[in-house]
Amino acid sequence: MADWINWVALLAVLVMLAGAVAVLLLNNFLAAVAATSVVSLGAAVIFVLLRAPDVALTEAAVGAGLSSVIMALCLRRLGLWRIPSVTAGVDDEAGNS
Amino acid sequence: MRNYVSLLFVAGLAFLLFVISGQLDFGAAPMLIGQAINQAAPEQVGAANIVTSVVLGYRALDTLGELAILFTAATAGGLMLGRARAGATHDPEAGFILRTAADLLFPLLLVVGLFIIVHGHLTPGGGFQGGVILAAAFFVPLLARPGTHFDHASFAVVEGLAGATFIVIGLFGLVYGGEFLAPLLGQGEMGSLLSAGTLPLLYIAVGLKVGSELAGLMAHIAAYEAVDS
Amino acid sequence: MSPPDLGAILFTGAFGLIMIGILGIVISTHLVRIVLSIVLLETGANLLLMLSGYRPGAAAPIIIDGVVPAAMVDPVPQALVLTAIVIGVAVQAFMMTLVLRLRSVYGTLDIRELRARLERDLAQEAGIGLPTSDDAPDVAGVGTARAQGGDA
Repeated sequence: MADWINWVALLAVLVMLAGAVAVLLLNNFLAAVAATSVVSLGAAVIFVLLRAPDVALTEAAVGAGLSSVIMALCLRRLGLWRIPSVTAGVDDEAGNS
Repeated sequence: MRNYVSLLFVAGLAFLLFVISGQLDFGAAPMLIGQAINQAAPEQVGAANIVTSVVLGYRALDTLGELAILFTAATAGGLMLGRARAGATHDPEAGFILRTAADLLFPLLLVVGLFIIVHGHLTPGGGFQGGVILAAAFFVPLLARPGTHFDHASFAVVEGLAGATFIVIGLFGLVYGGEFLAPLLGQGEMGSLLSAGTLPLLYIAVGLKVGSELAGLMAHIAAYEAVDS
Repeated sequence: MSPPDLGAILFTGAFGLIMIGILGIVISTHLVRIVLSIVLLETGANLLLMLSGYRPGAAAPIIIDGVVPAAMVDPVPQALVLTAIVIGVAVQAFMMTLVLRLRSVYGTLDIRELRARLERDLAQEAGIGLPTSDDAPDVAGVGTARAQGGDA
């Protein structure tokens, strides 16, 4: 019974560290934000293995949910992820990335 | 050159931390307060979720400090971004699927968030988790229809009232219970909704405060004009 | 094959995350990547704090149907990490508002350029000269003692 917990923990830690390295190496910032949420999900799985459902719920809701939304929204405002915007009569340059 | 020095620094720090962790026993940490709280909490506080009784009973002052940090961060963020200009540009409205999904999700997220807040003393959950879900509930329609008017004033009123409620309940604890934020109102039957005295009320105040704060901050960011350069 | 030690795996995970976060802060040149590295650092620190509460063979500290489990994990680190996670997201949001303002004032997010322009602006505001070193090479023409070491 205790054995598979060790393997699940190993898998979660590997996914987490791979996501963390990907945050540093990826050039596309939206992908880096997605890698951050992967790290949060790995941490949430580890919190469940550590018998902490409260903390796992918080980490999943905050890390994979709210934090990614805030980061993605700020990337839009910073111009690192462009979509055409609506102005009164002025055409903006189109382009997705 | 700078990168190699940083790598060396991080490697040295990792070596130091691993040596320290070799001395620590995983699973047998020498802290006794947790075991004492586990023994005493069911009778003293009466909440089925012992973490809730720690957050709102034994360490309630830390929760008050945490609410102060949240308030400072949200207010500073709002001040930093400034007020939205009238007639500013905004993103186009999202497609039909996103708009309909946002309209359907709003009541669902509201119900789930309130459920998690109110049952915080019985099951895993509580004010912080439910507050984050409430903030998402108020923010998702804003993502689907950018440019809709977000009433910052009423959210600020809710946030202020919720924070004041937390402190007022604490002052009642000071007057009637002898200590600031002492649990009042009797314990009730463990496992039922009306148990653990003032703890559900404190969590409701925390949940409303966190939800309205984060929703207001995200609405400020969403209304901020992007500078095209 | 015998399973690896749970403590070793989790400590490696937490320390690895902290190390990668610190590495990201020190190495990165783009401000958004520095903010993401701070997020990783916070997650790693929360994970490290949670590791102190684990007791093997114990249950979660929740009483179900009036049955108190025989052994429960430590609830105090859980309570502290709970608030720390929410504080973390509030501080992240505030950091991003600072980044937004920097971008709209200076137009760039590269920290080398930002540092030079901030120093110039601060020196201008204070009415003092730019901080220079005696070993810096002379910009125009014949130089003084040249400084060793490149810039990364």
